[in-house]
Amino acid sequence: MSFLKVEDIHTYYGNIQALKGISLTVEQGECVTLIGSNGAGKSTTLRSISGLTPARTGTITLDGEEITHLPAQEITGKGIAQSPEGRKCFQRMTVRENLELGAYLRRDSSQIQTDLQRVFELFPRLDERQAQKAGTMSGGEQQMLAIGRALMADPKVLLLDEPSMGISPVLTERIYETIAEINQQGMTILLVEQNANFALDVSKRAYVLETGKVAMTDNSDTLRTNPDVQKAYLGT
Amino acid sequence: MEAASIPAGPPASQRVKQLIGTYGLTAVLLIMPVWFAIQDLTDEGNLVRLGENLVAGLSNGAIWALVAIGYTLVYGIVELINFAHGEIFMIGSFISASLIVTLGLTVDSAAVPVFFGLLAALLLAMIGSGTLNVLIERVAYRPLRSAPKLAPLITAVGMSFILQNVGLLWKGGNQQGVPDLLNAQNTLFTVFGVTIENADVLSVVVTIPLLIVMTSFINRSRLGKAMRATAQDPEAARLMGINVDTTISLTFLLGGMLAGAAGLIYAMYQTTIWFFQGFTGGLIAFTAAVMGGIGNLRGAVLGGLIIGFIQQMSDNRIGTEWTPAIVFGYLVLIMVFKPSGLLGEQTRDAG
Repeated sequence: MSFLKVEDIHTYYGNIQALKGISLTVEQGECVTLIGSNGAGKSTTLRSISGLTPARTGTITLDGEEITHLPAQEITGKGIAQSPEGRKCFQRMTVRENLELGAYLRRDSSQIQTDLQRVFELFPRLDERQAQKAGTMSGGEQQMLAIGRALMADPKVLLLDEPSMGISPVLTERIYETIAEINQQGMTILLVEQNANFALDVSKRAYVLETGKVAMTDNSDTLRTNPDVQKAYLGT
Repeated sequence: MEAASIPAGPPASQRVKQLIGTYGLTAVLLIMPVWFAIQDLTDEGNLVRLGENLVAGLSNGAIWALVAIGYTLVYGIVELINFAHGEIFMIGSFISASLIVTLGLTVDSAAVPVFFGLLAALLLAMIGSGTLNVLIERVAYRPLRSAPKLAPLITAVGMSFILQNVGLLWKGGNQQGVPDLLNAQNTLFTVFGVTIENADVLSVVVTIPLLIVMTSFINRSRLGKAMRATAQDPEAARLMGINVDTTISLTFLLGGMLAGAAGLIYAMYQTTIWFFQGFTGGLIAFTAAVMGGIGNLRGAVLGGLIIGFIQQMSDNRIGTEWTPAIVFGYLVLIMVFKPSGLLGEQTRDAG
């Protein structure tokens, strides 16, 4: 029984079909990557799991419990947190307020404080900028905030949508080091990336999506040496 | 490398524009008070008349501020101008006036029953107007949330007319007198020759605590944070586990409650109510919200107070028939200098 199990989901935006039967699994403590070009359905897969764009057919289960048609806010309560595409930090709120909102559904205030310190240890930059408005920070800092905010929900599964988007290579490297660290601490992660190099480094397995379907799946190391993958996604 | 040759900072023309923007705005706002202050000083040798304008203006403006907050809160969260909001204010006046009549309170009632009667009227008007606002959102706006923006705008205008007609059926087409419980025009005390009337005190005593409670609720409470988060990014708010529908209902509830409170103050202040007060009052409060910067709470309060003051000066010295033209003239000038309003905040739409 897989921890997070997506079975044959079909998702639409209005009449346009974005996912044409995606199935995937993520085991507890694992880091799995979805790679693929623009429009392949990577973000839509994450949006279907988190309930922002619910799947029309198919099922999604977390730890044996079906969550396919729950509203997004309840899926968060079940233990799935997402750092969304484009980061979506609350621009006019401070870093600290953003992080506190990440823990919106939690009542265990002492544990929340512990997790806040943990996020600050993972991202010292956020600690320095606690009182700064999110909208005044750089893209990379906002990405750290979005990941930190998702961690504040104390999730069972962390969904990360393109953490490298619009961020300098140096900062991307730093963020990926932190993602690897979070995974080593035991967090289950489902990662989406267009820029596959870093993503294949931190993940154990990967799925390659093409036009709303799974085209290939294998261990990250194996995929890295696959000539088709190298040509299409690794730029080598 | 090329960028290095370009001088830092905005170009001169831009800087001049910014200067005009900041100082021009202040100048525009000060035209009337300064002009009348000079006039008063030369004619009377003191500023008592201007002071009286200010007091009456602020206590009137407090009513507009309370109503304006409802426009600004709702706009902030669903980016809709709730045109029915003026009518929510009118219904608040009607509810409180009816309760006062039902309780049998009159000018001659003793202080204690008047106090508790007013308190009951305030609570009932707030609950009634708040609930009505929530119902309107549920029936006329929520089903249209993903529809084009014009659709809920039209249903808002529709709700406004429907409620006006409810008011017309309820109290008839003429202005209705409300028992003058407070002896509203009675001078309570004078400060530096400026008379403070009972109604002014009521206005301040009701408005200031409400504003304090409201702002601390929005800034500090968990639900208040949920409201702000939803206003800034509804989708991200859902990812935090915030129920966006409930949060929007809460916003309409708060806006409606403040409009209900404003309805009671208006009824006691003017001692007359009628079904059309929501249309004119709503328009003025909406103007206040836009003037202050729609979406900004403090802006709505500031806009309301400024408009109250302008109205009072104009009514008292220029003539009531000119007041609307002067108020909207001010609005146009302010918008020209600062299109986002006095304390304009960036909204989702504006970027």
